[in-house]
Amino acid sequence: MSPDTKKRRRFNPDRDVTPWKGAYVPYDILKEAFVAFLAVAVLIVLLAVVFSSPDEPAITLKTWSVVNPVDFAQTAITELDGTSATASYGPPYNSTPDSSQHIGFFEPEQWFGVHQPIDTAQDFVIGPLRTLPNQPVTQAALTLYQSASPGQQTAWTTAYEKAVANATDVNGRLHVPAGRYGPVGVIVGSLTDMAQTGGLDGTLLSEGQFYNTNYTKPLLFLADGTYLADQAQAQHLTGSQWGMMNETGNYPGQAWLWLYTMWYQVAPMNSSSNGDLEVWAIMMVLSVGLIFLPFIPILRSIPRWTRVYKLIWRRHYRELAGT
Amino acid sequence: MSVDTRTGTATEAPARAESRQWTARVRHAAESAFPPDQLLPDRQPAYMASWIYVFGVLTVVSLAWVIITGCILAIMGPSWWHVSTTGHFVNSLHLWSVEAFFFFMVIHLWGKFFMAAWRGNRRLTWATGVISFLVSVGAAFTGYLSQQNFDSQWISTQAKDGINSTGAGAVWNVLNFGQMLMWHIVLLPIGVVIIAGLHVLMVRRHGIVPPFAEGDSDAEAATTAAAPAEGLA
Repeated sequence: MSPDTKKRRRFNPDRDVTPWKGAYVPYDILKEAFVAFLAVAVLIVLLAVVFSSPDEPAITLKTWSVVNPVDFAQTAITELDGTSATASYGPPYNSTPDSSQHIGFFEPEQWFGVHQPIDTAQDFVIGPLRTLPNQPVTQAALTLYQSASPGQQTAWTTAYEKAVANATDVNGRLHVPAGRYGPVGVIVGSLTDMAQTGGLDGTLLSEGQFYNTNYTKPLLFLADGTYLADQAQAQHLTGSQWGMMNETGNYPGQAWLWLYTMWYQVAPMNSSSNGDLEVWAIMMVLSVGLIFLPFIPILRSIPRWTRVYKLIWRRHYRELAGT
Repeated sequence: MSVDTRTGTATEAPARAESRQWTARVRHAAESAFPPDQLLPDRQPAYMASWIYVFGVLTVVSLAWVIITGCILAIMGPSWWHVSTTGHFVNSLHLWSVEAFFFFMVIHLWGKFFMAAWRGNRRLTWATGVISFLVSVGAAFTGYLSQQNFDSQWISTQAKDGINSTGAGAVWNVLNFGQMLMWHIVLLPIGVVIIAGLHVLMVRRHGIVPPFAEGDSDAEAATTAAAPAEGLA
């Protein structure tokens, strides 16, 4: 086969073009860009003036514990006994067995392992309370709890969980029915008090240095409770409400995430324990497919079959028909 | 090599030596790939008479406004817009320029899809356009994480599960405000600008795709696939 023959291949209208031999018209590309620049400026100024932008204040642990001390205490006990969502999350926060999402053998969460280690009992409860000065009762309760056997600790936390399920909020103060929960009542009560003064926000953010920008711990603690989700539900932001593509208020949000969010609404992803990984796998395949679409038979023929191009180049085809 | 004795500069460099220079090679390659009348054309094929072509340039100028308003926010710092009326207005401009950017870009993308704009050696132009869109999604997403308000809290705590499930959460922590802010204002914008810049250069190099010929079909007469891409000149 000669090199010349080798180069020639069958014309494929979905891949090849017939070089344009028709007319050219004057076109001032920089003028168009400048006019477009001004037009978009006018558009965004108008939109900003009329619609502004949302800025719902962030929720603090202080706000949460003051507004809903019962939910705060119910969450705090799960952090102490290791049954909260964060405590049992698995990588990258801890190594809880069988917690990683997987598709068959594909289990990247597990392969990468723990990179932001979080021990919820120590990091969210015991550690912060240990920083409190002049609190001998709290410190004694912590010492008693930490020196007890795991069995005893579980007995106390289980008893407290049952009691706090019937806790009440009396003028912003937590009231938990009496029970055989040993020092745990003092521990959770002290943590609630600490949160209500705002001390817990700063302590959870602290990484042992003056400047901090990593909000992983306070956000995980906040997300373990129901208060944050309740606020999101009221703002139509939960997963079943097309979740994070929305934002507070009547704003378009990240509308471009509609496809990603849509997969969370359909089976089996909407009820699968591996739903996140399944949605990401689908989106990765679709994204790579879109990049390589010019190489994919059938898909690359859709524009020619649908003939939408006739609408786009209607003047061209009209002129062609007229000649 | 002869030297100008008054200025001490070389007046004539042997062609062979010059051809080995990195600088000369890059200049020649750039001149060859982007002749001035192709880089900044003053005429276009007559079939360009359609509104769909406007959305490409609208996307680019919206990106310019995203960057301009983002730079103003960066000058004043991440907390400014929460405490200042002017800052809030600039944030609103930033938000709506992002919304406009994606609106125009998605229309541009669909337009190019229905034009099968990858035809005629333009597959890389298509690919850089799609990659630019995907990187822009990341840039916008980290912007939402960097707002320091309720939206940031909710979006980050929801998004962490998806990111963590891929294993990326080991190094890319959506709950780390400092890390997300850096990605939003440095790394991802650089990525968007570079890829979008390459995309625009490829459009300039190959020109806009011609319409399907009447009667285009698989049974079309054979011709070379290596036919010269549609140029502008």
